[in-house]
Amino acid sequence: MNDPVSSPKHSIGSTEELLAYSLAIEKEAVERFTDLADQMEIHFNYDVADLFRKLAVIEGLHIENVSKASEGKELPELLAWEFEWAGGESPEGGAMEDAHYLMHPWHAIELARQGEKRAVAFFRHVAETSSDEKVVAMALELVVEEEEHVELLEKWQKRFPKPEEGWDDDLDPPMIQE
Amino acid sequence: MSSDTACALIEPRGYKSGVKPVWCPGCGDYSVLGSLTKALSGLRLQPENVAIISGIGCSSRMPTYLSTYGFHGVHGRALALATGLKVARPDITVIATGGDGDGFSIGGNHFLHTCRRNTDMTYIVMDNQVYGMTKGQASPTTEPNWEKGKLTPSGTGINPFQPLVIALASGANFIARCSSSDTNGTARAIMEAIRHPGFSMVQVLSPCVTFRPEQREWKKLTRPAPVDATSDAARAARRLLTDEDGLFTGILYVGDRPPYQPQIEPSIDNIAELDKEFRL
Repeated sequence: MNDPVSSPKHSIGSTEELLAYSLAIEKEAVERFTDLADQMEIHFNYDVADLFRKLAVIEGLHIENVSKASEGKELPELLAWEFEWAGGESPEGGAMEDAHYLMHPWHAIELARQGEKRAVAFFRHVAETSSDEKVVAMALELVVEEEEHVELLEKWQKRFPKPEEGWDDDLDPPMIQE
Repeated sequence: MSSDTACALIEPRGYKSGVKPVWCPGCGDYSVLGSLTKALSGLRLQPENVAIISGIGCSSRMPTYLSTYGFHGVHGRALALATGLKVARPDITVIATGGDGDGFSIGGNHFLHTCRRNTDMTYIVMDNQVYGMTKGQASPTTEPNWEKGKLTPSGTGINPFQPLVIALASGANFIARCSSSDTNGTARAIMEAIRHPGFSMVQVLSPCVTFRPEQREWKKLTRPAPVDATSDAARAARRLLTDEDGLFTGILYVGDRPPYQPQIEPSIDNIAELDKEFRL
């Protein structure tokens, strides 16, 4: 799984900018979970597909929350690569190489949990580096929110046993070299 | 790219067709699909003014997954099809997509001459150094000592094809290398490639997690090139020759050759005339 450290390369200068980053984080998360749900569905891993689908819905609710908080504000319009994420990717988005067609619900929640942890680190870094009081206050609120998400995911994850080593061994692999 | 005017912002997902990809979970091509949609969104291109052309292979499924026009053609012929389309319809943004086997083996000859011709289009090659769709045979870019392929149990023993060196030597006007694990960096490079006049080549290192699982390590090994893009072909060649492991990413070369775009007058006035030629 990915390194949980994530932070912007520069200090965030306004609440509008912070909301734009926050919105991008949630949008990338919806995109990622939707794609992962589709992947699992195509590979008949329906339990994990359902779980990713639920995670996408939950992240969609976060988009609504951020959008509400943004009402009346003019957010900067940034293209995906204009956001200055350390490491290049948003905390809850990014590449897909952590997926496996035999992955268990535990792995799906772990993937989401790592994303939320990166989001905590991101907002904490914003709070520590911004010189704007409003940005600091908003970033600290977001830290608390993201920490709640981490806690919820940890509770959810406890419902599923951690898969033992060899969980990805497939005795009847879908493709065998001939 | 084409000269059409930009449309209202369409979110990247709006460029996806709704057909679910059948790639293996973990495959880098998912991320390339995401990067391509981000680039199209960033350029505000109307989906109906874009055509994605491909040959055969896992990554050549790309047109199916996009809401633009698309043509899933025959093996190795993506660039020939794309060139024909661009010459006939210069108003359309043409992007060819495919893999290393399709592009550099059966399509190798087309690759050379497309670079030479410098038609205004973009070629995205998802390079995983293996034929994935046909179950893991060595491809033109496979290392000589890769011993996991059942057809080459002692390795190929052949020097791998160097796509960027060949592209540069053959006249491509824009050359970049990206990693699928850097989705935003890849999106930016694709956007710059589409914008740049002439033939743009973007090699994306895109792991095949089924037949080359060790390529998951690319995420840790790929790194931005320590130097900026150059418009000096000789300097770009020197940089490529000193790039020992082929894992530096970024835009390498931005040339200024004028694109090939012949002025073609229609030879048939109406479609009924054309239809006559095909009657049995």
